[in-house]
Amino acid sequence: MKQKIEELKGRFEAGLSAARDEAELDALRVAFLGKKGEITDLLKGMRDLTPEGKKEAGQLINTLKNEVEASITARAEALKNEALERAIREAKHYNPTLPKKTDRGSYHPITLVARRLADIFSGMGFTVEDFVEVVDDYQCFEALNIPKYHPARDMQDTYYLENGQLLKTQTSAAQNHIMKKYGAPLRAIFPGRCFRNEATDACHENTFFQMEGMMIDKDISISNLIYFMKKMLSEVFESDINVRLRPGYFPFTEPGFELDISCTICGGKGCPSCKNSGWLELCPCGMIHPNVLIAGGIDPDEYTGFAFGLGMTRLAMMKYGVKDIRDFNSGNLKALSQFESL
Amino acid sequence: MLLSMNWISDFVDLSGLDKVALIRRFSLSTAEVEDIIVKGADTYGVIVARIASVENHPNSRKLHLLKVDTGKGLVDCVCGAPNVREGMTVAFAQAGGSVCGNAIGEATVAGYKSFGMCCSEAELGISADHSGLMEITEEIPLGTDIKSVYDIDDIIFEVDNKSLTNRPDLWGHYGIAREFATLADRSLKTPPLVDTDAYNDLPAVDITIAEPMLCYRYIGIKADNIKVKVSPVNMRIRLYYCGSRAINLLADLTNYVMMELGQPMHAFDLRRADTITVRRFETPFSFKTLDGQDRAIDGNTLMICKGDTPVAVAGVMGGLESEIEDDTDSLLLESACFDGVGIRKTSTRLGLRTDASMRYEKMLDPELTLFATRRFLSLLLSIDSGARVISSLTDVYARRYETIKLTIDKAYVDRYTGIDISADQIEKTLVALGFGVVRTGDVFDVTVPSWRATKDVTIKADLIEEITRIYGYDNFAVNTTKSPLAPIRRERTNTDDDRIKDMLVASYALHEVHSYIWCDAVKYKELGIEIEKNVKVINAQTPDHATLRYSMVPTLLSFLNENRAYADSFGIFEIGRTVNGLKDDGTCDEHKRLGIALFSRTEDEETLYLRLRDIFDRIARNILHKNADFAVDSAPRYNWQHPVNTASVSIDGKCVGFFSVPHPAVGSKIDKKAAIAFGELDMEAFSRIEIATQKYVEPSKFPGIDIDLSLRMDTDGLVFGRVADTIRAEGGETLTDVYVVDVYHGEDGDSVTVRMTFQSGERTLSKAELQPTIDKIVETLAKDGYALKA
Repeated sequence: MKQKIEELKGRFEAGLSAARDEAELDALRVAFLGKKGEITDLLKGMRDLTPEGKKEAGQLINTLKNEVEASITARAEALKNEALERAIREAKHYNPTLPKKTDRGSYHPITLVARRLADIFSGMGFTVEDFVEVVDDYQCFEALNIPKYHPARDMQDTYYLENGQLLKTQTSAAQNHIMKKYGAPLRAIFPGRCFRNEATDACHENTFFQMEGMMIDKDISISNLIYFMKKMLSEVFESDINVRLRPGYFPFTEPGFELDISCTICGGKGCPSCKNSGWLELCPCGMIHPNVLIAGGIDPDEYTGFAFGLGMTRLAMMKYGVKDIRDFNSGNLKALSQFESL
Repeated sequence: MLLSMNWISDFVDLSGLDKVALIRRFSLSTAEVEDIIVKGADTYGVIVARIASVENHPNSRKLHLLKVDTGKGLVDCVCGAPNVREGMTVAFAQAGGSVCGNAIGEATVAGYKSFGMCCSEAELGISADHSGLMEITEEIPLGTDIKSVYDIDDIIFEVDNKSLTNRPDLWGHYGIAREFATLADRSLKTPPLVDTDAYNDLPAVDITIAEPMLCYRYIGIKADNIKVKVSPVNMRIRLYYCGSRAINLLADLTNYVMMELGQPMHAFDLRRADTITVRRFETPFSFKTLDGQDRAIDGNTLMICKGDTPVAVAGVMGGLESEIEDDTDSLLLESACFDGVGIRKTSTRLGLRTDASMRYEKMLDPELTLFATRRFLSLLLSIDSGARVISSLTDVYARRYETIKLTIDKAYVDRYTGIDISADQIEKTLVALGFGVVRTGDVFDVTVPSWRATKDVTIKADLIEEITRIYGYDNFAVNTTKSPLAPIRRERTNTDDDRIKDMLVASYALHEVHSYIWCDAVKYKELGIEIEKNVKVINAQTPDHATLRYSMVPTLLSFLNENRAYADSFGIFEIGRTVNGLKDDGTCDEHKRLGIALFSRTEDEETLYLRLRDIFDRIARNILHKNADFAVDSAPRYNWQHPVNTASVSIDGKCVGFFSVPHPAVGSKIDKKAAIAFGELDMEAFSRIEIATQKYVEPSKFPGIDIDLSLRMDTDGLVFGRVADTIRAEGGETLTDVYVVDVYHGEDGDSVTVRMTFQSGERTLSKAELQPTIDKIVETLAKDGYALKA
């Protein structure tokens, strides 16, 4: 029996080293460990042995069986690893550095800036309003406390239409509409396209974007306005911005202000961009004139509010370093396709 | 407007203060200062000297060799001025000195040594006169520093006129000085005036105001025996530094008083105008203003007349005829207050904006007329002691502003400012600015001074500005609001734009562009696109940019044209505004529209055309959870659309847009080898369509059955929406989807394969049990004219 076992062992080891893949290994397993396999045959052959012989042979066969099982498992593991290594060795090498031209769309830079602003203001509880481009005299002037022949109309060269309407010169033209729509309290921003009749050059466009905001509630104060503008502009410029107010005259505010921010280029030390003053004039703002509130159906004795205007086109120029304002309306994809996302 | 610190210092003592710092403070509290120019700092070493002798230069006809007496001896100087003569007292820049930054050194001029320069006024920077040497006529010891004789040293600052629009009182140095006095906490001094009551016994001037609505007040007074022709040097320097120029004494005086007090004045030659009528004329006529231009005067123009003879356009410009001339020695002085709106209209109509009209437009204080007259006379009589007033001061006060009284309390100021400004500070500020204040505890009864009461300060909030700007915005404590939280509402008109842009950029790689609201006639013509008759801008920069756009597409096509070199294939879009004529109420029919235009040299026209269909379908499904319906539009709206390949886009039965390929006449002008397609969506109509609730269908555990039908496309074309409707109507509850899987173009005709998916949530369906339904569908389709492919 011992001899048989040794001989069987020898054949198994030869078979094991010959098995080159899982299928051959499996065949080997069946040949030795299967129901009709050689080890099973050995066990069957024990019937003819003495009890001592059975015991001894049983131990030997069991040891053999365990050895064979362990060898097959180990070999199977090794074969699997070999196969993986081979797969890796033979794998095709991809080159991740090779660029492929893919079609990508782009947003107009004004859209990106407007979205950024809308995000900031939404976060502060402002609604975002849409407004028309053709307005009437009432919306653009009368309702904003600018009566006919008021010198303030001098400040803007208005495009008038044949039917007596006009292209809005300022986003403020939406103030009256929005106040009537929501009443007080109110927090809204309204980005929009504005039109001024002036010759165009690298710094001037007759068609440009502004974004106006309004906040109306009980006891809104100048102190609130300064706080709010500082917070808001720090978000816009993503740094801690200092602001200062100067008196500014707009018929629809009282008091009205010109707001300067600490120069974003030099940080306030003085540079050519800020004419060495350390300040950049950025946006007009002010407490909403009581007459404007009244025209909007809001009682100025109960409510106060502030309003401000941001030159969105100018912000976009600052943000992206666009030097020629005419690029915005040029339709030139070499310029505009660069703005893929915020 | 240019302002002189010397001039301001006539009215407020600013000694010991940093003037530049004060100007900066003024910029933060009153009006924007655009520039500060220090005058005279680069001029030094210039003295009063006398030309002792003049010899001709041997080598030059123009040059002379001078001996100049500096008071400390004679100095050689080579001089080229034409008016040089012996005995003349001049401003002599010594070697080592400087005039307006030009260093003066020892020089050799045409072979002769020169140790300085005799200066013209232009060289000294005090006028534009460079015709010859400045002659000093006063008796001044030789060697005296010129800067101690004349006010060459000054600080000039420029204020942005726009920031003074609402402040008629700041259009002269005196009003500006009041601001400085308030800011510096110093007192304001009244300038020397003449007591005109002394002339009450003299004959009055004949003044008639025929248009009291256009003329608040007219003061006239006459003077004669005026011999002095040239204004004093210091007066001329101030005029020059402040951007004016000296002409003759009388003209200079009117300018000087205007720049000092803000009151425009006019001096008529008494020989040409000795009575005044302020009136209008019914019949238009031509009038020559003193700039020599003929002006068309219409029935709205207010004129100053001597009887029926016009002598000036009121508040704008005098007439050439009655101008002060060299031999004028008597005048009729006008100090009047005209209605700002009237002056503005006239000035706009004539295209003539003058220093006077600019001031009147701001609504001047009628009280200023008397003040200015008394000031004018004081200056005239001090400069020309022989001048004589020969009439009484005649004052026709046709219309008065009402006195404005406002009551505010500290609580109101606190609420508006959000900070605590003391009652004492409030009172002090208002008083310093000239407001009458009666204070009872924390309540202030405020009388607005006449110079602020013409329109500037009318309501309580106006006083807030006065108090806060002087307090200083930099001194404000900043606080957040106490407003309660409220939900933010964002509307479809807004969110739809954003979502559509995201889809077009991310899914279709389109580029967003912006274009003008008006058509570009030149670009349209290039593409053979007719401009739709539409509302026009009446004051467009050029007639080519006058008509508003009816559709987004033509401009997008011009952009395609201009971007041909950008890529073989690209697409652009814009959400913008169009105007589609007028509505019944006469206002513009404005729409917000999405325009899309696609261009390709690698794909064919049909692919682009169908891509637009896909885009619109996806927009409808993504945003509305609805299907868009498409149909061939056999009568396209625009001549640039293809007569056959144009489709309408409908959702819920409402037409919301179209897509199309270009009319061959237009397409070929852009690129003969490229395919082009475009479309438009009415964003407002789209955003009005209700969003369907997204329904959840429990996924079935049972397999579905796909059944395909191949349908012949007749020449009339197959409207898939109608086929789908029929199938859905007949398909029963288990029909879950209908879509096109294949389109076949063959010699035996075209066909389209439609796939129907049937599925039950309860069991596996068999083909056999569906057969009657399929038969019914086929039968109904056949009735509609859609036969199965053989």
